[in-house]
Amino acid sequence: MTDAATLLTDPLEEIAPPRRQHGAAAWAVWIARRLGLALLTLWLVSILVFLATAALGDPVRAILGRDYNANPGRVAELEALLHSDESLVSRYFDWLSGLLHGDLGTSLATGLPVSDLIKDSVINSAMLVFLAALVMIPLAFAIAMISVHYRRKRPDTVIQTILLAMAGLPEFVIGVLLLALFSTTVFHIFPAVTITSPTGHPWDNWKVMVLPTLTLVLWVTPYVSRIVRSSLLEVIDSEYVELARLKGIPEKVVMRKHALLNAIVPGIQVIALQLAFLAGGVVVVETLFAYPGMGLELVDAVRNHDVQVVQALSMIIASVYVVVNLIADILSILLTPRARTAISS
Amino acid sequence: MSTEVAPPPPAIAPAEPSTFRKAMRQKRFTVGLGITVLLVLFAIFGPLFAPFGENEVTGPPYSKVGTLGTDYLGHDVLTRVMYGGQEILVIAVFGTLLGMVLGVAIGVVAAYGGGWWDEVIMRFNDVVLAFPQILLALLVLTAIEQPTAYILIALVGISHAPRVARLARGVALGIVSRDFVIAAEALGEKRSRVILAEVLPNMNAPLLAEAGLRLTYSIGLVGSLGFLGFSADPGAANWGQMIQENRLGLSTQPWGVIAPVIVIAVFCIGTNLMADGIAQVAQRGDN
Repeated sequence: MTDAATLLTDPLEEIAPPRRQHGAAAWAVWIARRLGLALLTLWLVSILVFLATAALGDPVRAILGRDYNANPGRVAELEALLHSDESLVSRYFDWLSGLLHGDLGTSLATGLPVSDLIKDSVINSAMLVFLAALVMIPLAFAIAMISVHYRRKRPDTVIQTILLAMAGLPEFVIGVLLLALFSTTVFHIFPAVTITSPTGHPWDNWKVMVLPTLTLVLWVTPYVSRIVRSSLLEVIDSEYVELARLKGIPEKVVMRKHALLNAIVPGIQVIALQLAFLAGGVVVVETLFAYPGMGLELVDAVRNHDVQVVQALSMIIASVYVVVNLIADILSILLTPRARTAISS
Repeated sequence: MSTEVAPPPPAIAPAEPSTFRKAMRQKRFTVGLGITVLLVLFAIFGPLFAPFGENEVTGPPYSKVGTLGTDYLGHDVLTRVMYGGQEILVIAVFGTLLGMVLGVAIGVVAAYGGGWWDEVIMRFNDVVLAFPQILLALLVLTAIEQPTAYILIALVGISHAPRVARLARGVALGIVSRDFVIAAEALGEKRSRVILAEVLPNMNAPLLAEAGLRLTYSIGLVGSLGFLGFSADPGAANWGQMIQENRLGLSTQPWGVIAPVIVIAVFCIGTNLMADGIAQVAQRGDN
């Protein structure tokens, strides 16, 4: 995991070389290019989503299972709903224009419009990811700071070993262990499943939120913390920090002003990556705790072969990744003086 | 007349110890390797020593009969755990291999091809990267009635490939501009041979580390899919699926869930320690 930093793209790498443009114009061009690339990625994502769900197998056969041969009437009905008689290309463009107009189609399993079906679960999941990020980010930075403070001494080694062991654990392992510890076997503090009234939100009862949030936090914190630590160490060993120390600036100020600020940019990149990670993590965590969010909805839809719902939810999750990455890239550029001048001069 | 003396030939460097040798000096690598080997042996040979048959009913559901009790159908939990590793192991290992081969091929071709090749390949790579690994697998499973082991291996491999490709490209970029590659090109060697004989052998340490890491994630991914109810053979024992099956009995008979969870956890910790040991060696580079 230590080489995970190399997985991150360097935002500096993708700067178009500015030619005879100054200041605002160069910025506009750069941002337009970035937006264009994000849109292109989204468009290709939509093709992939559509092909994977509609072209790889026969959803009608998957839905009906053994009834496929026995019930030609139902086959015809479902095929009419999916427009199976039209060509793949025209179905794709129908679906895409629906997406662009905010029409996500009709669920095969329930017959309801997809947008009504998933509206609440999207909000619930967003809340869960938001809470997890809110706890995870300061926690990861705090652990990294403590670790760096004791660098290459005993406490650092202990922390790093624990983090390393935890970093490999899948989310369901952490979730089940927490479940056994806090709600069923050892203590009975928190509920094992999420119970919500049909009109309310799961976070009306704060106890419900604790275990799912904690699972996500424990799942991503080790990873983020390790990367923040290694980028902090890189900064601390650098010459300008050494110089600041030699000038007699107190260690605390050196850490805060010289080290931490310079480690923030790689930190932003990692956090962006982790938010996308969390979007995948909610699938398993929500299923485990029966939390009424996108993940649970998605797993149900996949089991029921409810193609339209799966398409809508996966488009949302993939878009989150693209948008978060876009924001992270722009933020990193804004926070790196070197990159700022590279664009506007 | 030139009287310059030719510079003396450089002293032959002593043979460098292999990545494996260097890794063996790392405590975390040896511990990780030990755990991994034990778990692999347990998964392969477990069924031979299992006290009962895989689908043999030994007592009432969720009872305390036997070492670890019985599961939701009354099967012996210990027996199910001993049988349940094979599917995960096979799919995770072959999925990782497939992902590594695909990813390295994509990454090295992008780095070596450069220019437009690089741009287009990495753009497509970004598209697949936008999907969390589990989502990519679920997406394909929507249209499929019952997944087979081959489909699961393909899904695990394809979801790893873009992530491996990104790393492989980064590593290869540092190599393709070095003198020995340019020399091989100047000698007129074929591009495929330059890649296979000159570029790839110099990437083995970071790639091995990545493979270890990918194996860790594969185990998690296959386990998660089993937990969500997607496995090649729903009747067979499977660690991930056991968690799903016995979840309702967590308060009365926790072992049905805890035992497979602990096995998966130990397995993941083992492979992750091993991967990190190799990564340490890879990072230090030539010394």
